[in-house]
Amino acid sequence: MEKKIKVLIAKPGLDGHDRGAKVIARGLKEAGMEVVYTGLRQTPEQIVRSAVQEDVDVIGLSILSGAHTYLFPEIMKRLKESNRDDIAVIAGGIIPEDDHKELKDLGIKAVFQPGTPISEIVDFIENEVN
Amino acid sequence: MSIDIEKLYTDIKNGNENKIAKAITMVEDGTKNAIKLMEKVYKNVDPSYMIGISGPPGSGKSTLTQRIVQLWLKKDIKVGIIAIDPTSHFSGGALLGDRIRMNEIATDSGVFIRSMATRGSMGGLNSSIYDTVLLFSLAGYEYIIIETVGVGQNEIDIVKLADTTIFVTVPEAGDEIQAYKAGLMEVGDIFVVNKSDRPNSQQMVLTLEQLVSFKEGKDIWEPPVLSTNALKNEGVSDINKWINKHHTYLKDNNLLQESRKNVIKAQMINLMEKRLHEKYIKPILNDKKFGKYIDLIYKKQEDPYSVIKKLLSVD
Repeated sequence: MEKKIKVLIAKPGLDGHDRGAKVIARGLKEAGMEVVYTGLRQTPEQIVRSAVQEDVDVIGLSILSGAHTYLFPEIMKRLKESNRDDIAVIAGGIIPEDDHKELKDLGIKAVFQPGTPISEIVDFIENEVN
Repeated sequence: MSIDIEKLYTDIKNGNENKIAKAITMVEDGTKNAIKLMEKVYKNVDPSYMIGISGPPGSGKSTLTQRIVQLWLKKDIKVGIIAIDPTSHFSGGALLGDRIRMNEIATDSGVFIRSMATRGSMGGLNSSIYDTVLLFSLAGYEYIIIETVGVGQNEIDIVKLADTTIFVTVPEAGDEIQAYKAGLMEVGDIFVVNKSDRPNSQQMVLTLEQLVSFKEGKDIWEPPVLSTNALKNEGVSDINKWINKHHTYLKDNNLLQESRKNVIKAQMINLMEKRLHEKYIKPILNDKKFGKYIDLIYKKQEDPYSVIKKLLSVD
Protein backbone atom coordinates (compact mmCIF):
# COMPACT_ATOMS: atom_id res chain seq x y z
CA MET A 1 0.00 0.00 0.00
CA GLU A 2 1.28 3.42 -0.89
CA LYS A 3 1.80 6.26 1.52
CA LYS A 4 -1.28 8.44 2.05
CA ILE A 5 -1.23 12.02 3.21
CA LYS A 6 -2.98 12.32 6.58
CA VAL A 7 -4.37 15.66 7.74
CA LEU A 8 -5.93 16.79 11.02
CA ILE A 9 -8.53 19.52 10.62
CA ALA A 10 -9.03 21.18 13.98
CA LYS A 11 -11.12 24.00 15.37
CA PRO A 12 -9.25 25.58 18.29
CA GLY A 13 -11.08 27.70 20.82
CA LEU A 14 -14.62 28.74 21.32
CA ASP A 15 -16.09 29.71 17.97
CA GLY A 16 -19.03 27.59 16.95
CA HIS A 17 -18.90 27.67 13.17
CA ASP A 18 -17.33 24.80 11.29
CA ARG A 19 -18.80 24.96 7.82
CA GLY A 20 -15.45 26.12 6.44
CA ALA A 21 -13.57 23.36 8.26
CA LYS A 22 -16.02 20.74 6.95
CA VAL A 23 -15.71 22.01 3.38
CA ILE A 24 -11.92 21.78 3.60
CA ALA A 25 -12.12 18.31 5.18
CA ARG A 26 -14.32 17.09 2.35
CA GLY A 27 -12.20 18.73 -0.31
CA LEU A 28 -9.01 17.10 0.97
CA LYS A 29 -10.78 13.73 1.17
CA GLU A 30 -11.86 14.10 -2.47
CA ALA A 31 -8.21 14.78 -3.28
CA GLY A 32 -7.33 11.33 -1.87
CA MET A 33 -6.14 12.34 1.59
CA GLU A 34 -7.09 10.76 4.90
CA VAL A 35 -8.67 13.52 6.96
CA VAL A 36 -9.29 13.39 10.70
CA TYR A 37 -11.87 15.90 11.91
CA THR A 38 -12.19 16.34 15.66
CA GLY A 39 -15.16 18.73 15.91
CA LEU A 40 -15.73 22.08 17.56
CA ARG A 41 -14.09 23.73 20.57
CA GLN A 42 -10.78 21.94 20.81
CA THR A 43 -8.09 22.89 23.30
CA PRO A 44 -4.46 23.10 22.16
CA GLU A 45 -3.83 19.99 24.29
CA GLN A 46 -6.54 18.01 22.47
CA ILE A 47 -5.30 19.13 19.06
CA VAL A 48 -1.68 18.21 19.70
CA ARG A 49 -2.49 14.85 21.28
CA SER A 50 -4.76 13.95 18.34
CA ALA A 51 -2.01 14.95 15.91
CA VAL A 52 0.53 12.78 17.75
CA GLN A 53 -1.69 9.70 18.04
CA GLU A 54 -2.94 9.95 14.48
CA ASP A 55 0.60 10.65 13.20
CA VAL A 56 -0.62 13.27 10.74
CA ASP A 57 1.56 15.00 8.17
CA VAL A 58 -0.37 18.26 8.33
CA ILE A 59 -2.56 20.13 10.83
CA GLY A 60 -5.10 22.57 9.40
CA LEU A 61 -6.36 25.05 12.00
CA SER A 62 -9.65 26.76 11.28
CA ILE A 63 -10.49 29.76 13.41
CA LEU A 64 -13.05 32.54 13.20
CA SER A 65 -13.03 33.87 16.74
CA GLY A 66 -10.04 36.18 16.52
CA ALA A 67 -8.14 34.27 19.20
CA HIS A 68 -5.47 32.99 16.79
CA THR A 69 -2.61 35.00 18.25
CA TYR A 70 -3.48 33.55 21.66
CA LEU A 71 -4.18 29.91 20.73
CA PHE A 72 -1.72 29.24 17.90
CA PRO A 73 1.46 29.94 19.94
CA GLU A 74 0.21 27.44 22.55
CA ILE A 75 -0.37 24.80 19.88
CA MET A 76 3.06 25.36 18.33
CA LYS A 77 4.69 25.22 21.78
CA ARG A 78 3.00 21.92 22.62
CA LEU A 79 3.94 20.42 19.25
CA LYS A 80 7.56 21.25 19.98
CA GLU A 81 7.33 19.78 23.49
CA SER A 82 5.92 16.59 21.95
CA ASN A 83 8.82 16.46 19.48
CA ARG A 84 6.39 16.76 16.60
CA ASP A 85 7.25 20.21 15.30
CA ASP A 86 7.99 18.43 12.02
CA ILE A 87 4.23 18.39 11.34
CA ALA A 88 3.33 21.16 8.89
CA VAL A 89 0.75 23.55 10.35
CA ILE A 90 -1.48 25.66 8.11
CA ALA A 91 -4.32 27.98 9.06
CA GLY A 92 -7.52 29.38 7.64
CA GLY A 93 -10.64 31.27 8.64
CA ILE A 94 -10.90 34.92 9.57
CA ILE A 95 -7.32 35.99 10.15
CA PRO A 96 -6.47 39.65 9.42
CA GLU A 97 -3.52 40.16 7.11
CA ASP A 98 -1.80 42.24 9.78
CA ASP A 99 -1.39 39.06 11.83
CA HIS A 100 -0.02 36.81 9.06
CA LYS A 101 3.61 37.68 9.67
CA GLU A 102 3.32 37.00 13.38
CA LEU A 103 1.82 33.57 12.67
CA LYS A 104 4.43 32.72 10.05
CA ASP A 105 7.16 33.68 12.52
CA LEU A 106 5.64 31.08 14.85
CA GLY A 107 6.29 28.46 12.18
CA ILE A 108 2.85 28.32 10.56
CA LYS A 109 3.51 27.48 6.93
CA ALA A 110 0.57 29.22 5.29
CA VAL A 111 -2.51 31.26 6.12
CA PHE A 112 -5.38 30.83 3.69
CA GLN A 113 -8.04 33.51 3.30
CA PRO A 114 -11.76 32.89 2.75
CA GLY A 115 -12.43 32.17 -0.93
CA THR A 116 -9.20 30.24 -1.51
CA PRO A 117 -9.85 27.47 -4.05
CA ILE A 118 -9.47 24.04 -2.44
CA SER A 119 -7.12 23.00 -5.24
CA GLU A 120 -4.66 25.65 -4.04
CA ILE A 121 -4.67 24.15 -0.53
CA VAL A 122 -4.32 20.61 -1.95
CA ASP A 123 -1.31 21.69 -4.04
CA PHE A 124 0.27 23.40 -1.07
CA ILE A 125 -0.12 20.32 1.14
CA GLU A 126 1.19 17.96 -1.52
CA ASN A 127 4.26 20.15 -2.07
CA GLU A 128 4.84 20.50 1.65
CA VAL A 129 4.65 16.75 2.34
CA ASN A 130 6.64 15.49 -0.66
CA MET B 1 15.40 4.42 5.33
CA SER B 2 16.79 2.00 7.85
CA ILE B 3 15.81 2.41 11.48
CA ASP B 4 16.74 0.70 14.72
CA ILE B 5 13.99 -1.90 15.13
CA GLU B 6 15.11 -3.01 18.61
CA LYS B 7 14.98 0.59 19.83
CA LEU B 8 11.58 1.14 18.26
CA TYR B 9 10.27 -2.06 19.91
CA THR B 10 11.51 -0.92 23.32
CA ASP B 11 10.08 2.58 22.87
CA ILE B 12 6.67 1.12 22.03
CA LYS B 13 6.87 -1.20 25.01
CA ASN B 14 7.59 1.81 27.22
CA GLY B 15 4.43 3.47 25.93
CA ASN B 16 6.07 6.23 23.85
CA GLU B 17 3.05 7.66 22.00
CA ASN B 18 5.05 9.18 19.15
CA LYS B 19 6.66 5.83 18.42
CA ILE B 20 3.43 3.85 18.73
CA ALA B 21 1.80 6.26 16.27
CA LYS B 22 4.76 6.06 13.85
CA ALA B 23 4.78 2.27 14.01
CA ILE B 24 1.07 2.14 13.14
CA THR B 25 1.69 4.38 10.14
CA MET B 26 4.54 2.12 9.01
CA VAL B 27 2.24 -0.88 9.25
CA GLU B 28 -0.52 0.94 7.33
CA ASP B 29 1.91 1.87 4.58
CA GLY B 30 3.34 -1.66 4.51
CA THR B 31 6.99 -0.57 4.68
CA LYS B 32 9.95 -2.96 4.92
CA ASN B 33 10.70 -1.65 8.40
CA ALA B 34 7.13 -2.45 9.44
CA ILE B 35 7.64 -6.06 8.39
CA LYS B 36 10.86 -6.29 10.42
CA LEU B 37 9.13 -4.82 13.45
CA MET B 38 6.10 -7.08 13.15
CA GLU B 39 8.30 -10.18 12.81
CA LYS B 40 9.52 -9.44 16.31
CA VAL B 41 6.10 -8.44 17.64
CA TYR B 42 4.34 -11.63 16.50
CA LYS B 43 6.95 -13.73 18.29
CA ASN B 44 6.83 -11.82 21.56
CA VAL B 45 3.42 -10.29 22.15
CA ASP B 46 0.14 -11.76 23.39
CA PRO B 47 -2.84 -9.86 22.02
CA SER B 48 -4.87 -7.98 24.65
CA TYR B 49 -8.60 -8.56 24.93
CA MET B 50 -10.32 -7.33 21.76
CA ILE B 51 -13.79 -5.85 21.65
CA GLY B 52 -15.51 -5.10 18.35
CA ILE B 53 -18.21 -2.45 18.26
CA SER B 54 -20.29 -2.37 15.14
CA GLY B 55 -23.62 -1.09 13.93
CA PRO B 56 -25.18 1.27 11.40
CA PRO B 57 -23.92 4.85 10.96
CA GLY B 58 -25.35 7.17 13.59
CA SER B 59 -26.34 4.43 16.03
CA GLY B 60 -24.03 5.84 18.69
CA LYS B 61 -20.99 3.56 18.48
CA SER B 62 -18.41 6.25 19.21
CA THR B 63 -20.45 7.77 22.04
CA LEU B 64 -20.95 4.33 23.60
CA THR B 65 -17.27 3.55 23.16
CA GLN B 66 -16.44 6.69 25.09
CA ARG B 67 -18.83 5.72 27.90
CA ILE B 68 -17.51 2.15 28.14
CA VAL B 69 -13.92 3.41 28.21
CA GLN B 70 -14.72 5.97 30.94
CA LEU B 71 -15.79 3.11 33.22
CA TRP B 72 -12.48 1.31 32.64
CA LEU B 73 -10.45 4.46 33.17
CA LYS B 74 -11.97 4.79 36.64
CA LYS B 75 -10.27 1.47 37.40
CA ASP B 76 -6.99 2.61 35.80
CA ILE B 77 -7.37 0.19 32.92
CA LYS B 78 -5.58 1.38 29.78
CA VAL B 79 -7.51 1.19 26.51
CA GLY B 80 -6.49 1.37 22.88
CA ILE B 81 -9.17 2.35 20.36
CA ILE B 82 -9.04 1.68 16.63
CA ALA B 83 -11.80 3.73 14.99
CA ILE B 84 -12.34 2.62 11.42
CA ASP B 85 -14.10 4.61 8.71
CA PRO B 86 -14.42 3.71 5.04
CA THR B 87 -12.01 4.71 2.29
CA SER B 88 -13.69 6.28 -0.74
CA HIS B 89 -13.61 3.98 -3.74
CA PHE B 90 -13.48 7.01 -5.99
CA SER B 91 -10.80 9.26 -4.51
CA GLY B 92 -8.96 6.86 -2.21
CA GLY B 93 -9.40 9.46 0.53
CA ALA B 94 -11.29 9.10 3.79
CA LEU B 95 -13.02 11.29 6.33
CA LEU B 96 -12.27 10.00 9.81
CA GLY B 97 -14.75 11.53 12.23
CA ASP B 98 -15.04 9.21 15.20
CA ARG B 99 -12.96 11.43 17.46
CA ILE B 100 -15.75 14.03 17.46
CA ARG B 101 -17.73 11.84 19.89
CA MET B 102 -14.77 10.89 22.05
CA ASN B 103 -13.58 14.29 23.20
CA GLU B 104 -14.18 13.52 26.88
CA ILE B 105 -11.51 10.80 26.86
CA ALA B 106 -9.21 12.23 24.18
CA THR B 107 -6.67 13.71 26.56
CA ASP B 108 -6.70 10.93 29.17
CA SER B 109 -3.25 9.41 29.43
CA GLY B 110 -4.79 5.92 29.66
CA VAL B 111 -6.32 6.10 26.19
CA PHE B 112 -4.81 5.89 22.73
CA ILE B 113 -7.25 6.62 19.90
CA ARG B 114 -6.23 5.88 16.35
CA SER B 115 -8.52 6.58 13.41
CA MET B 116 -7.97 4.31 10.47
CA ALA B 117 -9.31 4.15 6.93
CA THR B 118 -10.31 0.74 5.55
CA ARG B 119 -7.91 1.14 2.57
CA GLY B 120 -7.83 -2.61 1.73
CA SER B 121 -9.15 -2.53 -1.80
CA MET B 122 -9.14 -6.25 -2.48
CA GLY B 123 -11.87 -7.40 -0.15
CA GLY B 124 -11.03 -9.15 3.05
CA LEU B 125 -9.73 -7.38 6.05
CA ASN B 126 -7.10 -4.72 6.17
CA SER B 127 -4.11 -6.47 7.70
CA SER B 128 -2.95 -3.35 9.52
CA ILE B 129 -5.88 -3.59 11.94
CA TYR B 130 -4.66 -6.74 13.65
CA ASP B 131 -1.06 -5.53 13.50
CA THR B 132 -2.20 -2.37 15.29
CA VAL B 133 -3.93 -4.53 17.91
CA LEU B 134 -0.59 -6.21 18.56
CA LEU B 135 1.26 -2.90 18.74
CA PHE B 136 -1.27 -1.60 21.30
CA SER B 137 -0.89 -4.86 23.22
CA LEU B 138 2.89 -4.44 23.27
CA ALA B 139 2.42 -0.90 24.58
CA GLY B 140 0.41 -2.22 27.54
CA TYR B 141 -3.17 -1.39 26.57
CA GLU B 142 -5.29 -3.98 28.38
CA TYR B 143 -8.43 -3.65 26.29
CA ILE B 144 -8.57 -2.86 22.61
CA ILE B 145 -11.75 -1.60 21.02
CA ILE B 146 -12.20 -1.90 17.29
CA GLU B 147 -15.04 0.33 16.18
CA THR B 148 -16.47 0.06 12.71
CA VAL B 149 -19.56 0.73 10.63
CA GLY B 150 -21.42 -2.50 10.04
CA VAL B 151 -21.82 -2.63 6.31
CA GLY B 152 -20.40 -5.25 4.00
CA GLN B 153 -18.20 -8.28 4.19
CA ASN B 154 -15.10 -6.25 4.99
CA GLU B 155 -16.68 -5.08 8.17
CA ILE B 156 -17.80 -8.54 9.19
CA ASP B 157 -14.22 -9.73 8.81
CA ILE B 158 -13.02 -6.92 11.03
CA VAL B 159 -15.61 -7.71 13.64
CA LYS B 160 -14.69 -11.39 13.60
CA LEU B 161 -11.26 -10.39 14.86
CA ALA B 162 -12.72 -9.42 18.19
CA ASP B 163 -13.13 -11.68 21.21
CA THR B 164 -16.39 -9.98 22.15
CA THR B 165 -18.47 -8.32 19.47
CA ILE B 166 -21.05 -5.71 20.40
CA PHE B 167 -23.71 -4.88 17.86
CA VAL B 168 -25.28 -1.47 18.38
CA THR B 169 -28.57 -0.54 16.79
CA VAL B 170 -31.34 2.03 17.26
CA PRO B 171 -35.12 1.76 17.72
CA GLU B 172 -35.79 3.03 14.20
CA ALA B 173 -33.49 0.51 12.50
CA GLY B 174 -36.45 -1.22 10.85
CA ASP B 175 -38.97 -3.99 11.37
CA GLU B 176 -38.16 -7.56 12.29
CA ILE B 177 -37.54 -8.60 8.70
CA GLN B 178 -34.68 -6.12 8.45
CA ALA B 179 -33.25 -7.60 11.60
CA TYR B 180 -33.64 -11.19 10.40
CA LYS B 181 -31.62 -10.55 7.26
CA ALA B 182 -28.24 -12.20 7.30
CA GLY B 183 -25.28 -10.09 8.23
CA LEU B 184 -23.73 -8.58 11.25
CA MET B 185 -26.66 -9.59 13.40
CA GLU B 186 -25.24 -13.10 13.19
CA VAL B 187 -21.92 -12.24 14.74
CA GLY B 188 -22.97 -10.22 17.79
CA ASP B 189 -22.14 -11.51 21.29
CA ILE B 190 -23.90 -8.56 22.93
CA PHE B 191 -26.72 -6.54 21.36
CA VAL B 192 -27.36 -2.96 22.34
CA VAL B 193 -30.41 -0.90 21.46
CA ASN B 194 -29.13 2.63 21.95
CA LYS B 195 -31.16 5.85 22.16
CA SER B 196 -33.59 4.18 24.56
CA ASP B 197 -35.58 7.42 24.95
CA ARG B 198 -36.88 7.08 21.39
CA PRO B 199 -40.31 5.56 20.67
CA ASN B 200 -40.39 1.81 19.90
CA SER B 201 -37.18 1.20 21.76
CA GLN B 202 -38.71 -1.60 23.84
CA GLN B 203 -40.18 -3.16 20.70
CA MET B 204 -36.73 -3.28 19.11
CA VAL B 205 -35.37 -4.97 22.22
CA LEU B 206 -38.10 -7.63 21.99
CA THR B 207 -37.49 -8.16 18.26
CA LEU B 208 -33.79 -8.73 18.90
CA GLU B 209 -34.46 -11.03 21.84
CA GLN B 210 -36.57 -13.21 19.56
CA LEU B 211 -33.83 -13.17 16.94
CA VAL B 212 -31.04 -14.26 19.26
CA SER B 213 -33.14 -16.99 20.86
CA PHE B 214 -33.21 -18.70 17.45
CA LYS B 215 -29.44 -18.92 17.30
CA GLU B 216 -28.46 -22.57 17.06
CA GLY B 217 -25.29 -24.59 17.33
CA LYS B 218 -23.01 -26.05 19.95
CA ASP B 219 -22.38 -22.50 21.07
CA ILE B 220 -24.32 -22.08 24.28
CA TRP B 221 -23.71 -18.36 24.66
CA GLU B 222 -27.02 -16.54 24.57
CA PRO B 223 -26.39 -12.93 23.58
CA PRO B 224 -28.07 -10.42 25.88
CA VAL B 225 -30.05 -7.54 24.43
CA LEU B 226 -29.33 -4.36 26.37
CA SER B 227 -31.00 -0.98 26.28
CA THR B 228 -28.85 2.16 26.63
CA ASN B 229 -28.89 5.91 26.30
CA ALA B 230 -25.24 6.73 25.65
CA LEU B 231 -25.69 10.50 25.71
CA LYS B 232 -27.28 10.42 29.17
CA ASN B 233 -24.96 7.61 30.25
CA GLU B 234 -27.81 5.22 31.08
CA GLY B 235 -27.42 1.45 30.99
CA VAL B 236 -23.76 1.54 29.95
CA SER B 237 -22.37 -0.27 33.00
CA ASP B 238 -24.46 -3.30 31.93
CA ILE B 239 -22.36 -3.51 28.76
CA ASN B 240 -19.14 -3.65 30.77
CA LYS B 241 -20.63 -6.37 33.00
CA TRP B 242 -21.62 -8.45 29.98
CA ILE B 243 -18.19 -7.99 28.37
CA ASN B 244 -16.69 -9.51 31.53
CA LYS B 245 -19.24 -12.33 31.49
CA HIS B 246 -18.49 -13.13 27.87
CA HIS B 247 -14.75 -13.03 28.55
CA THR B 248 -15.22 -15.54 31.39
CA TYR B 249 -17.42 -17.71 29.18
CA LEU B 250 -14.74 -17.83 26.45
CA LYS B 251 -12.03 -18.69 28.96
CA ASP B 252 -14.08 -21.35 30.76
CA ASN B 253 -14.91 -23.11 27.50
CA ASN B 254 -11.42 -22.83 26.00
CA LEU B 255 -12.89 -20.80 23.16
CA LEU B 256 -10.38 -17.98 23.43
CA GLN B 257 -7.57 -20.07 21.95
CA GLU B 258 -9.79 -21.19 19.11
CA SER B 259 -10.84 -17.65 18.28
CA ARG B 260 -7.24 -16.41 18.39
CA LYS B 261 -6.18 -19.17 15.98
CA ASN B 262 -8.98 -18.15 13.63
CA VAL B 263 -7.70 -14.60 13.71
CA ILE B 264 -4.20 -15.78 12.79
CA LYS B 265 -5.65 -17.85 9.97
CA ALA B 266 -7.60 -14.85 8.62
CA GLN B 267 -4.49 -12.69 8.90
CA MET B 268 -2.43 -15.30 7.01
CA ILE B 269 -4.93 -15.53 4.15
CA ASN B 270 -5.11 -11.80 4.01
CA LEU B 271 -1.34 -11.27 3.96
CA MET B 272 -0.89 -13.98 1.34
CA GLU B 273 -3.49 -12.35 -0.90
CA LYS B 274 -1.78 -9.02 -0.47
CA ARG B 275 1.63 -10.41 -1.37
CA LEU B 276 0.27 -12.33 -4.35
CA HIS B 277 -1.45 -9.20 -5.54
CA GLU B 278 1.73 -7.14 -5.23
CA LYS B 279 3.89 -9.75 -6.92
CA TYR B 280 1.68 -11.08 -9.71
CA ILE B 281 -1.44 -9.01 -10.32
CA LYS B 282 -0.13 -5.46 -9.91
CA PRO B 283 2.59 -5.80 -12.58
CA ILE B 284 -0.04 -7.11 -15.01
CA LEU B 285 -2.36 -4.19 -14.26
CA ASN B 286 0.49 -1.75 -14.81
CA ASP B 287 1.49 -3.34 -18.12
CA LYS B 288 0.25 -1.63 -21.30
CA LYS B 289 -0.70 -5.03 -22.70
CA PHE B 290 -3.49 -5.25 -20.12
CA GLY B 291 -5.41 -2.40 -21.77
CA LYS B 292 -5.01 -4.05 -25.15
CA TYR B 293 -6.50 -7.28 -23.80
CA ILE B 294 -9.49 -5.34 -22.49
CA ASP B 295 -10.00 -3.91 -25.98
CA LEU B 296 -9.73 -7.34 -27.57
CA ILE B 297 -12.28 -8.78 -25.16
CA TYR B 298 -14.57 -5.83 -25.81
CA LYS B 299 -14.31 -6.46 -29.57
CA LYS B 300 -15.12 -10.12 -28.96
CA GLN B 301 -11.74 -11.25 -30.37
CA GLU B 302 -10.71 -12.64 -26.99
CA ASP B 303 -12.37 -13.87 -23.81
CA PRO B 304 -11.28 -13.26 -20.21
CA TYR B 305 -10.69 -16.95 -19.44
CA SER B 306 -8.18 -17.49 -22.25
CA VAL B 307 -6.40 -14.22 -21.51
CA ILE B 308 -6.02 -15.07 -17.82
CA LYS B 309 -4.62 -18.49 -18.75
CA LYS B 310 -1.88 -16.73 -20.70
CA LEU B 311 -1.25 -13.97 -18.19
CA LEU B 312 -1.03 -16.13 -15.09
CA SER B 313 0.09 -19.41 -16.68
CA VAL B 314 -2.80 -21.27 -15.04
CA ASP B 315 -5.31 -23.81 -16.35
